Amino acid sequence: MTDVATWAARLDDAATGTAPIAPLSGDGLTDLAVAYEVQGGVVGLRLGRGERLVGGKLGLTSRAKQIAMGVDRPLYGLVTSGMARNSGSRLLLEELIHPRVEPEIAFVLGEPLEGPGVTVADVLAATRYVCPALDVIDSRYEGFRFTHLDAIADNASSAVFALGDDLVEPRGDLALTGCVLEVDGRVVESAAGAAVMGHPAAAVAYMANQLVATDRRLEAGWVVLSGGLTAPVPLLPGSTVTATLSGLGSVTLGAE
Amino acid sequence: MSLTEEDVRQLAAQLWDAEQRSVPVEPISRRHPGADVDDAYRIQLEGVRLRVAQGDSVRGHKVGLTARVMQQQFGVDRPDFGHLLGSMFHPEGEPLPVDALIAPRVEPELAFVLDQPLQGPGVTVADVLAATAFVLPALEIIDSRIEDWQIGIVDTVADNASSARVVLGGVRTPIAGLDPRLIGVVLRRNGEIVETGASGAVLGNPAQAVAWLANTIAPGGGVLRAGDLIMPGTCTRAVDMRPGDTVRADFEHLGHVGVTFSSAVGSAA
Repeated sequence: MTDVATWAARLDDAATGTAPIAPLSGDGLTDLAVAYEVQGGVVGLRLGRGERLVGGKLGLTSRAKQIAMGVDRPLYGLVTSGMARNSGSRLLLEELIHPRVEPEIAFVLGEPLEGPGVTVADVLAATRYVCPALDVIDSRYEGFRFTHLDAIADNASSAVFALGDDLVEPRGDLALTGCVLEVDGRVVESAAGAAVMGHPAAAVAYMANQLVATDRRLEAGWVVLSGGLTAPVPLLPGSTVTATLSGLGSVTLGAE
Repeated sequence: MSLTEEDVRQLAAQLWDAEQRSVPVEPISRRHPGADVDDAYRIQLEGVRLRVAQGDSVRGHKVGLTARVMQQQFGVDRPDFGHLLGSMFHPEGEPLPVDALIAPRVEPELAFVLDQPLQGPGVTVADVLAATAFVLPALEIIDSRIEDWQIGIVDTVADNASSARVVLGGVRTPIAGLDPRLIGVVLRRNGEIVETGASGAVLGNPAQAVAWLANTIAPGGGVLRAGDLIMPGTCTRAVDMRPGDTVRADFEHLGHVGVTFSSAVGSAA
């Protein structure tokens, strides 16, 4: 029986050494609570290196992805200060394994959200700003192949994120907010906010309610990345990726 | 061009017959491997002429293959277009008879209605926006008169860009003040979200598709007229429709449009 700390260290080593590993599900990871414990261990290692906890993120929020993974619900991860970049940054691909990028709507909370029973209305009331985000996911598993539990342990494949420079108070219908994803100036994907659980705030509510199981809550000031609006696109050397959301502005990342 | 006038007439008549009987035909590209896109537009125009001669009328155009992935799939580097005839417009709120269709799919689009003509060459996005009276939420129901949608570029162009029906929403919105690139669209089938997209999926900006159309038909003397309605291309992937299905598209800023497909009654549909 491998213990939580060992699995967490294996994932952390994979990230820092950019060397992917075999899924933990093949090594006895079969329990949801244990998977989240491993995630806690992975995040704890980052905090031990001086990073701060700055928010959360959702994964597998689209029905298509859930069906592809054979699950009926999303998962969440935790976001630390070491993952944040400014819009316009260029990422060094040698520091990542096989990164893919997704456009998202990020929520910056003005008030904490504590489940159970958090609703979309509660999320909108507690949200100070929304802004476009690019979420760079980088599974620590070989070939980006993993189970739902593997992804939870791997902190929802989180690697790097950037937020747009404009902070906008939530207004209008975020379910209908249009999003285009451009790679090197060409539109490659488009979506509307409803691609995430019918409404992106529903994903934030989901995470707030799930955190009850570990006696935690979404804190004021946290940023919550509500889940990929489109299919992820690979981040290729020399490319520039821009997400533009209706009424919210743009966010850009490059890769070298 | 490789098809004779007689070939063109025969193929146009055959496609029209296939449409009227809801019985698809073998791909033209298989029967006439030498036919090119110019031939295909000749067949399309002959088909339009046949219909107009029977009392139908041209009410506008549609642009297709506006997503890059679709162009790659068809091995082309530009969109295509078809003609919208009066008989294709189906009223919102009325069940759409499926028996009249073969293998329908639905696409949400931003319909452009012009109040000034657009004559190429040289039509720009600015010209299109200036000539647009308003936009409407719209559904295009595409269908193929070619067996099992086994279409190449020649097949779909000859088949009037696989057009079949248009359902328009009832609320007009001026395009001034909208960002035509970023209008979000949510497509539901029987209440379930099946696709989302944004108007920028259409060549980056659907007004660009209208400009492309005006410039493309110009060399043949074509002009987009005041009052014409242009379907510039889909904001999402096409979704298959089955008898009894209800589909609804909600558009950011524009409202919604929906249609229900009638249950099949005693046909092979």
